[in-house]
Amino acid sequence: MEKSTLSEAKGFFSGKSIRRMAKPAVFVLCLTPLAWLVWRGATGGLGANPIVAANQYLGDWALRFLLITLAVTPLRGLSGWNGVMRFRRMLGLYAFFYVCLHISGYIVLDQFFDWPAIWQDIIKRNYITVGMVSFTLLIPLALTSTNTMVKRLGGKRWIALHKLVYVIGVAACFHFYMMRKGVQWEPIIYGAVLAVLLGYRVAVWLKRKTKNTKGPSAAAA
Amino acid sequence: MLIRHKSPLDIQPSEITSKSVYRDRRRFLATAAFAGIGATFAPLIGPASIALAAAGTKGRKLEGVIPGPFATDEDKTPYEDITAYNNFYEFGTGKTDPARKAHTLMPMPWKVKVDGAAGKPGVYDYDDLIRPHKLEERIYRMRCVEAWSMVVPWVGIPLADIIKRLEPAANAKFVAFETLVDPKQMPGQRFGALNWPYVEGLRMDEAMNPLTILAVGLYGEEMPNQNGAPIRLVVPWKYGFKSIKSIVRIQFVEEMPPTTWNMAAPREYGFYSNVNPTVNHPRWSQAKERRIGDFLKRKTLPFNGYAEQVADLYAGMDLSKFY
Repeated sequence: MEKSTLSEAKGFFSGKSIRRMAKPAVFVLCLTPLAWLVWRGATGGLGANPIVAANQYLGDWALRFLLITLAVTPLRGLSGWNGVMRFRRMLGLYAFFYVCLHISGYIVLDQFFDWPAIWQDIIKRNYITVGMVSFTLLIPLALTSTNTMVKRLGGKRWIALHKLVYVIGVAACFHFYMMRKGVQWEPIIYGAVLAVLLGYRVAVWLKRKTKNTKGPSAAAA
Repeated sequence: MLIRHKSPLDIQPSEITSKSVYRDRRRFLATAAFAGIGATFAPLIGPASIALAAAGTKGRKLEGVIPGPFATDEDKTPYEDITAYNNFYEFGTGKTDPARKAHTLMPMPWKVKVDGAAGKPGVYDYDDLIRPHKLEERIYRMRCVEAWSMVVPWVGIPLADIIKRLEPAANAKFVAFETLVDPKQMPGQRFGALNWPYVEGLRMDEAMNPLTILAVGLYGEEMPNQNGAPIRLVVPWKYGFKSIKSIVRIQFVEEMPPTTWNMAAPREYGFYSNVNPTVNHPRWSQAKERRIGDFLKRKTLPFNGYAEQVADLYAGMDLSKFY
């Protein structure tokens, strides 16, 4: 009797059920920043300029999710934990989700559909130009994120297309850096994190390259 | 714009009571936030700590404040917002940093050094500088270069009155101001977000304009630290950053003095920095502004609505060049 409850408990915490629960758990977890914002907005906790505060908060989370997504591959490479790859698409789509909210906030709350002003912003304010470029490049990645689209494109082309995320990351960090006045810590920290994440890929690429060039010459010797 | 001279029957600063109501509401919500969400998100809860800080630094009531000219009859921005949403990089670059961190500033005793081409140079105590003058309430619009604005009931003295007492020489064409440098009191100065000290300047005729004041308080009370205690400049027709805070030095000079934001980004911030909806800023369209508390933006007025008083100062100048 005791034994069976013990094994039941063991079964519940076994790798299998944790794995089953992991995706929904991450899904819900990724929504908490939004829930927090809604709650704060509803209770008057966003300060004197809630529209700007909300929009900067959404932008912050868009950038964070972008960096988290970019961290998945290095995490696998360094830890050998292949399972982490299951979350990459969801995290990337959450980055897109928060970017969409960020831009909707700008259009609806900040500018209230003042299209001429929005257009002027896009062409004249450099940080908005760069932000919009980053957003635009993210759209094809979101659209081709389904299994069907991966198959239709073919693995190689899909991978090539999704390398755009590096450009998007750089543009997003620049967008953040340019919008801040003076020299500020936060954009520098985000930029440094991005540099590390992209640097990892460069390091892997260089390693592979030197291996490949070494290989034949070693054989020749 | 109409110049409205206030009669004694008008609302006095001491009668404005909405402040305490606001403060209690926010504090209640903030407490609930802490209880409900837990410490993980504590750094994100701005208003909680701000409410406490604001309560802690509540200023003393200023005595003998008389209503001054140029008062706008627009709705005043609540005390809670004026004191919780600030740009004061000496305490950090976040809007809520000053309210949370400015308690380390020691506004009393305070000394102001007066030098340059002045007939009466020297180091003036706060009392020596301010006490000889009558305090006036000046309810002004305040337009930030970031396209938001407030209506602030300042308490202060016409800068012209103080300048006259300091007897600038004939060759004094500009007035230069300097903010305190003391990283112990101003923790934001440990990081070089800007070059410290913060410096600003006005042309002599701008400084002598009756709109320009040295402010020592708001809402009838002593200046809160986060708003630039104990003495700050207020130049309502210019973007907010011209109105330098926590002044420790006033200098009369012949040449146009350097100004902090101009040095940081010359393409973005000029010496004059008059509010001008037709001169675009690389970061913000200046055509519109959001009054704190409003949802929709409103049109920005030339010289922030003070054209009648100051447009003459710039007659013949190309303001798209001298931005």
